[in-house]
Amino acid sequence: MDWAIVWFLLLGFGVFMYVVLDGFDLGLGILYPWYQPDERLLMMNSIKHIWDGNETWLVLGGVLLFAAFPPAYSLVLSHLYLPVMIMLWALIFRGVAFEYRFKATTSKHWWDFAFFAGSSIATFCQGLMLGVLLQGLTLEEGQLTISSWSWLTPFSVFTGFALMVGYALLGSLWLVWKTSGAIQQHSRKLAIMLLVIIAVLLCVVSGWSTLLDARIMDRWFSFPNMLWLAPLPLLTGYALWRTWCGLKQPSEREWLPFAWVIAVFGLSFIGLVVSVFPFLIPWQLTIWEAIAPAKSLNFILPGVLVLVPVILAYTLFGYKVFSGKLDTLDGGY
Amino acid sequence: MMEMDGALLSRIQFAWTVSFHILFPTITIGLASYLAIMEGLWLKTRNPVYRAQLLFWIKPFAVTFGMGVVSGIVLSYEFGTNFSEFSQATSTVLGPLLTYEVLTAFFLEAGFLGIMLFGWNRVSERMHFAATVIVAIGTIISAFWILAANSWMQTPAGAVLDKQGVFQVVSWMEVIFNPSFPYRLVHMLLASFLTVSFLIAGVSAWHIRKDRQNPVAQKGLSVALWAALVLAPLQAWVGDLHGLNVLEHQPIKVAAMEGIWETEQGAGLRLFAVPDQEQETNHFEVKIPYLASLILTHDAQGTLQGLKSVPADERPPVAVVFYSFRIMVGIGMLMLLAAVVGAWLRWRGNLYSANWFHKGLQWMIPAGLVATLAGWYVVEVGRQPWLVHGFLRTNDMVSAHPEQRVLFTLILFVIVYSLLFAVYLYFMRKLLKRLPSIDATVDEKESIKSQSAEYLTTSSTTTGIPS
Ligand code: HDD
Ligand code: HEM
Ligand code: HEM
Repeated sequence: MDWAIVWFLLLGFGVFMYVVLDGFDLGLGILYPWYQPDERLLMMNSIKHIWDGNETWLVLGGVLLFAAFPPAYSLVLSHLYLPVMIMLWALIFRGVAFEYRFKATTSKHWWDFAFFAGSSIATFCQGLMLGVLLQGLTLEEGQLTISSWSWLTPFSVFTGFALMVGYALLGSLWLVWKTSGAIQQHSRKLAIMLLVIIAVLLCVVSGWSTLLDARIMDRWFSFPNMLWLAPLPLLTGYALWRTWCGLKQPSEREWLPFAWVIAVFGLSFIGLVVSVFPFLIPWQLTIWEAIAPAKSLNFILPGVLVLVPVILAYTLFGYKVFSGKLDTLDGGY
Repeated sequence: MMEMDGALLSRIQFAWTVSFHILFPTITIGLASYLAIMEGLWLKTRNPVYRAQLLFWIKPFAVTFGMGVVSGIVLSYEFGTNFSEFSQATSTVLGPLLTYEVLTAFFLEAGFLGIMLFGWNRVSERMHFAATVIVAIGTIISAFWILAANSWMQTPAGAVLDKQGVFQVVSWMEVIFNPSFPYRLVHMLLASFLTVSFLIAGVSAWHIRKDRQNPVAQKGLSVALWAALVLAPLQAWVGDLHGLNVLEHQPIKVAAMEGIWETEQGAGLRLFAVPDQEQETNHFEVKIPYLASLILTHDAQGTLQGLKSVPADERPPVAVVFYSFRIMVGIGMLMLLAAVVGAWLRWRGNLYSANWFHKGLQWMIPAGLVATLAGWYVVEVGRQPWLVHGFLRTNDMVSAHPEQRVLFTLILFVIVYSLLFAVYLYFMRKLLKRLPSIDATVDEKESIKSQSAEYLTTSSTTTGIPS
């Protein structure tokens, strides 16, 4: 058994869970300006009890990287020092906005702004980091340097904005699912627009990334690879189309478009991994070079295998407790 | 003046961010247990005064919890951003411990917090109680793992440093239950419970001064003082055992705590002194002869190792450790005194009318937090210059960032956290100021409803949302 691959998959699972779960709640923040003030309250209300759990996947992603691929953890984080810090500050403001927005009397608009700006900036930084990683960290004088601004490139800025659109799409579909009436219709319109944009952006990012490095180009466009990999873009296209249908002809199952977009995210994620595998940090560090010693990993493997299903179960329970449309507005405490 | 290099700035930044973080867990660990107990008592006795406690304290709890979460996430990334060498060397040990913390504690807390705070009308009373208990247990599990990690850095065991400079674990049992861990865990949990006892006592006293007959405030004061009466002596005793344990494993830290420069027989207990790192001596000493030896070795003539027995570059900054230790123990004694006076007043039957005592308690609201921070400074600064005691030096473990960059983030952290702390205090004051009332309900619902009444009325007429 190749343990590096097992841990790589587990890490991937954690990151993917984060992207989907925190994705839709960050997306709500990004969409804030496109809603009426009273609707915003409902939006924030719809995630006040789950944002903390969603963000915990980010912590899990961090510590799994730390535990399973330590060189990658310290390399990525010290290299991306500023974007990481900016993301953390943004998440702080956005997180406390939940507590203070509901208790504020005169400062509500401040917390609204903190929620919007925090969500947007955090997402942008995440997309930017993704872009930097895909491009590969730059070497200076044969050493990975952490003193340059190399993370700020046209490509990384582009992926930053692309992720914002992606999360906003998830957020709007969450609202399509969880609301009814005027706000639902408005969300559906927004979702359709965002869906078109994201389809274009996906094509651009895919094309651009093959130009970044010959190895990516080679991975996708050399023969027999091309055959094996063709289903990925095709399936992505299919999922996008199904989302479109779900939005254009609303059915009883209002969660369907949301689910199909999750599939789009999943497929894109796989596509990304395919581009650079087996590198954890493209062109610098493979998963086999970065993997931690067995004595440490074997200690956490049973924990991960047993506890992650348990966590998923009670997370699902939590969502069930708060299932249904958001029209009752029950407060709390 | 010390040179302001990147390494030093990274250390200051870590100290600042972790000090900020610990304020919130200290409160949430204690309050979560308090809420669970109150909810249990309410379900058992149906005495509304317990329910009122629950509804009053759950709001400050939620706010504090939120602050704990956002400031904690920063820390788990800071190991990598600022201490990349450290995270490479110790990931084999700390990585798995932190992974277990996330899996067994953070998810648990986050998963049930939503139900605890917002699930009142959606789950049964028993399920709600279960959620509260689970959150409380989650906070304690979290303390378990993070303190195991921290204690391992103080008294590393169960792992060997290999040729590449990476720790390889030999025994996980030894890593987790390293020699200082049991003491630190118990001492820290007691610190949380004590901090919260005095928070509740102080706030209740404040309310009693405004409304003498308030039954909720009276109950709060009473429960908190009973707790303090048990916890304060217990904490002093555990602290003493903890000290003996430090003496065994980190004698130089004890020398710094006690301000002992020369190895001494029958060392006196310095009540006050001004330690001087350069001249390797204390000024203005006030001491009780033999007492330090007596406490630490249980023998008035016992020998205590002095700071000068190791080279100057292996000594921690003495003054910080020395003063912090005195602040912590001083507050511990003050708490003990307050608890005893409270018991005496209770016995005399004027616990709820002794105005001067209530005023005093109000002043002690932040006492626990100050003692907790001071305690951590003793532990962490006393460990210097080591990061992992005896193995890794702090200065070798820092990422090679140019200093302007760390200076920039440090300044921002200072601004952001100061701002947030002011906001936190403002909202806490707002929440704690209102008098608790026996017929309190889950009233947030009402306020949210009225805020969005407009939305509801307009949209429900047009779309027919069932209400
Ligand atoms: C003795 C207790 C204690 C100590 C010493 C620390 N923490 Fe903490 N931490 C908690 C007790 C706690 C807690 C009680 O479990 C918190 C506070 C509020 C909360 O949500 O959980 C928490 C929250 C919290 C979170 C957010 C969890 C979430 O998403 O729900 C993270 C990532 C960390 N902490 C990480 C750290 C790190 C890296 C520390 C050390 C450097 C640290 N904590 C010290
Ligand atoms: C929660 C309460 C804590 C407080 C208030 C605290 C405080 C401090 C302080 C003041 C320093 C700076 C010491 C110096 O440089 O002179 C420090 C350093 C450090 N502590 Fe802690 N600490 C706490 C918990 C922890 C925990 C739980 C861990 C790890 C699991 C930890 C790991 C570190 C590390 C890695 C450093 C940086 C290196 C150093 O400067 O020593 N700390 N902490
Ligand atoms: C009353 C007498 C007390 C004594 C003798 C005492 C003793 C100690 C000792 C020896 C340490 C450990 C130093 C190390 O490991 O390097 C410590 C740490 C600490 N103390 Fe105290 N302490 C007392 C009271 C308190 C009080 C009242 C609080 C808070 C309410 C408190 C909070 C802490 C904390 C948070 C730490 C750091 C974590 C730990 O090591 O447990 N202590 N104390």
